[in-house]
Amino acid sequence: MELDVLKQKLLTMASHAETAVNQSLQALMQRDRDLALRVKDDDSIIDQFEVEIDDLVIQLLTKAPLATNLRLVTVAMKISQNLERVGDEATKIAKRARDLSQEPPVKITIELPRMAGLALEMLKAALDAFVNRDSTAARAIIPRDKEVDALNKQIHEILAQHMVAHPDTISRCLNWMVACKSLERIADHAKNVAEEVVYLCEAQDIRHTAGKGQAPPIAGT
Amino acid sequence: MADNATIHPTATAPSSTAANAVALNVRNLSVFFGANHVLKEVSLNVPARAVTAIIGPSGCGKSTFLRALNRMHELVPEARMTGEIRLFGNDIYAPSVEPVLVRRRVGMVFQKSNPFPTMSIAENVTVGLRLNGARDRKLLVERTEQSLRMAALWDEVKDRLNAPAISLSGGQQQRLCIARALAVQPEVLLMDEPASALDPLATSKIEDLILELKKDYTIVIVTHNMQQAARISDFTAFFYLGELVEFDVTTKIFTSPVKKQTEDYVTGRFG
Amino acid sequence: MTASNHRWRKFKNRLMQAVTCLCAILVVTPLVLVFYHLVTSGFSSINWAFFTQLPKPVGESGGGMANAILGTFILLGQAALLGVPIGVFGGVYLSEYGSSRLNWWIRFAADILNGVPSITWGIVVYALLVVPMKGFSALAGGVVLGMMMIPLVMRTTEEVLQLVPNGYREAALALGIAKWRTIVQIVVRTALKGIVTGVLLALARVAGETAPLLFTAFGNRFWTHKLTEPIAAMPLQIFNYAISPYDDWHRQAWAGALVLLLLVLSINIGVRFLTRDRFQRNV
Repeated sequence: MELDVLKQKLLTMASHAETAVNQSLQALMQRDRDLALRVKDDDSIIDQFEVEIDDLVIQLLTKAPLATNLRLVTVAMKISQNLERVGDEATKIAKRARDLSQEPPVKITIELPRMAGLALEMLKAALDAFVNRDSTAARAIIPRDKEVDALNKQIHEILAQHMVAHPDTISRCLNWMVACKSLERIADHAKNVAEEVVYLCEAQDIRHTAGKGQAPPIAGT
Repeated sequence: MADNATIHPTATAPSSTAANAVALNVRNLSVFFGANHVLKEVSLNVPARAVTAIIGPSGCGKSTFLRALNRMHELVPEARMTGEIRLFGNDIYAPSVEPVLVRRRVGMVFQKSNPFPTMSIAENVTVGLRLNGARDRKLLVERTEQSLRMAALWDEVKDRLNAPAISLSGGQQQRLCIARALAVQPEVLLMDEPASALDPLATSKIEDLILELKKDYTIVIVTHNMQQAARISDFTAFFYLGELVEFDVTTKIFTSPVKKQTEDYVTGRFG
Repeated sequence: MTASNHRWRKFKNRLMQAVTCLCAILVVTPLVLVFYHLVTSGFSSINWAFFTQLPKPVGESGGGMANAILGTFILLGQAALLGVPIGVFGGVYLSEYGSSRLNWWIRFAADILNGVPSITWGIVVYALLVVPMKGFSALAGGVVLGMMMIPLVMRTTEEVLQLVPNGYREAALALGIAKWRTIVQIVVRTALKGIVTGVLLALARVAGETAPLLFTAFGNRFWTHKLTEPIAAMPLQIFNYAISPYDDWHRQAWAGALVLLLLVLSINIGVRFLTRDRFQRNV
């Protein structure tokens, strides 16, 4: 069944995106230039997936799916877009990792590993929620984005202060800033995926509404 | 027997004005053909000046329901009904009410177009008026043009009103039947799969026509074609095995139905 | 499929074709023979006098069957007056009204009556009308032919009405037209050609009945002036002439038979003409 093919493709794309993020962070932390270059090259695979999924979605729409199938098809399209961006952000991190690996490390402590952990967790949880059609789990992901944003802000401040104090580290610190920003974006995309999963399961569009920290009450289904 | 609560739409319809007016108030309708319990305690309110689609698998009772709305199910021998149906407040099954009068207020168009073969186009349009006693020639001529215009057929036949009705194509014949039904000026128009025997072009003309007509008439249409229901109806009722399972605004039924049976039918998992 | 198998099958096909063709010809042959005989034997005796003159007294030659021809028409007219309304209304009842049980019995009775020998009809009307009236009469003749027509017309009317698609009835009722109006103005009107066909064919059938007329109309050498008098009819006259010893009467019998056949034939042709398909129907 074509819907199953769609789901399969999406999940394969997701695993590629997760791997890309993992590897790019690894390259960043371990100053692994070769790994960074590999991530950059593999991004084209993720892009190709987006094209194939969009094509499949159009084909499915000609069959006029309804109800859950309709929501699945439109959600699949959106998730694939988000995953493609995640791939792009991973590539950006990989490029920063490549540049940073050419230069000596900066002596500074930042909470990047913790932020990376959170972002990866969010992404994995969102994709699991999609597979399991678990709307409760999906809703739980959304507030965690605030944590990642806060961490990003904190890291930026520390880096900014360091740049002021040690001007010779400016280019390296800027690279770190960009990498953090990309990580923050990855977390945003994970949140988007979670919102799409909620729409798929509950037919409720919670985008741009649950910004006040409290998850909206779940309608009975 | 417990009174079934009427199922109300969970959302408000897009069309505003007369959306709250109810054309047909159906309460606990049950229909029996002999020992066969065909419709089971159906309750729903058909909104006025809107299109309500009735969907469901074969044998679920949708045609029987439609025919109960203008007492046509009584043509089947041993037909029996319980419950109440009110047309704009009037009980159409009251003992003092003649079925003939109900049918002049609630018209019907059938799946297979059936213009009377011994009559011309114009005669077909006015047959409902003439055979009910109308004699005024001026009125008949006016009503002929008016009805044919409403059925989007006037331009195609205005030069051959006296041609035999069966010389028209299938799609034109069906529009002629619609004109014939409209000529008696009913308040509600019932349509039993009106386009299922037509090619896609003729079907789309009928669908455009329905969208025009709903400005002035209440329309109830039985259809097998869910895309058609999604295209033209404001409300949709899903029937299964003689029961009304779900009734709601059309977009809700087709994007996020509440009942699992509806979901299964709409996504093609059965029926 | 081998070649010899194929040849054998082709041969079988041709053989069956030939056999069925032969049978078809055999079916038509009696009609051709009858026609041929009637025309050759009777045509010469048809003249103006045949249609306008009364029979001449016994022994004299000449004369005609004018009174018999007129008599046949009078009898058919009476038969129609009796048979058509009752038959058509009966057919309407069977088709449009009634319970299925009662209708089954009515149909059963009608089918039995259609099979009753015509001479029995004659005897029955003899007992019913001729005896009380103390004489043979045109009225009795018309009545017996009418009674024979009733079950025939009733069944053909019913069948033709049943052929009218139910969609028309439903469409008319859905317009709020009363049931009886629907039946008269829509259903019967649609089936009218068929009903007329049935009536004409029934008339054609009773036109040639001889046996029942023996006990009712009886025959008449002269013009009939009142319906309570006996009346001449073509089949009767043909019968009487045929069993007579006179050659002249034999020839007139042939002529009468030919005219009678032509009458029946023209009714059938008329029916064909009426029921021709005039319009190109769009499906």
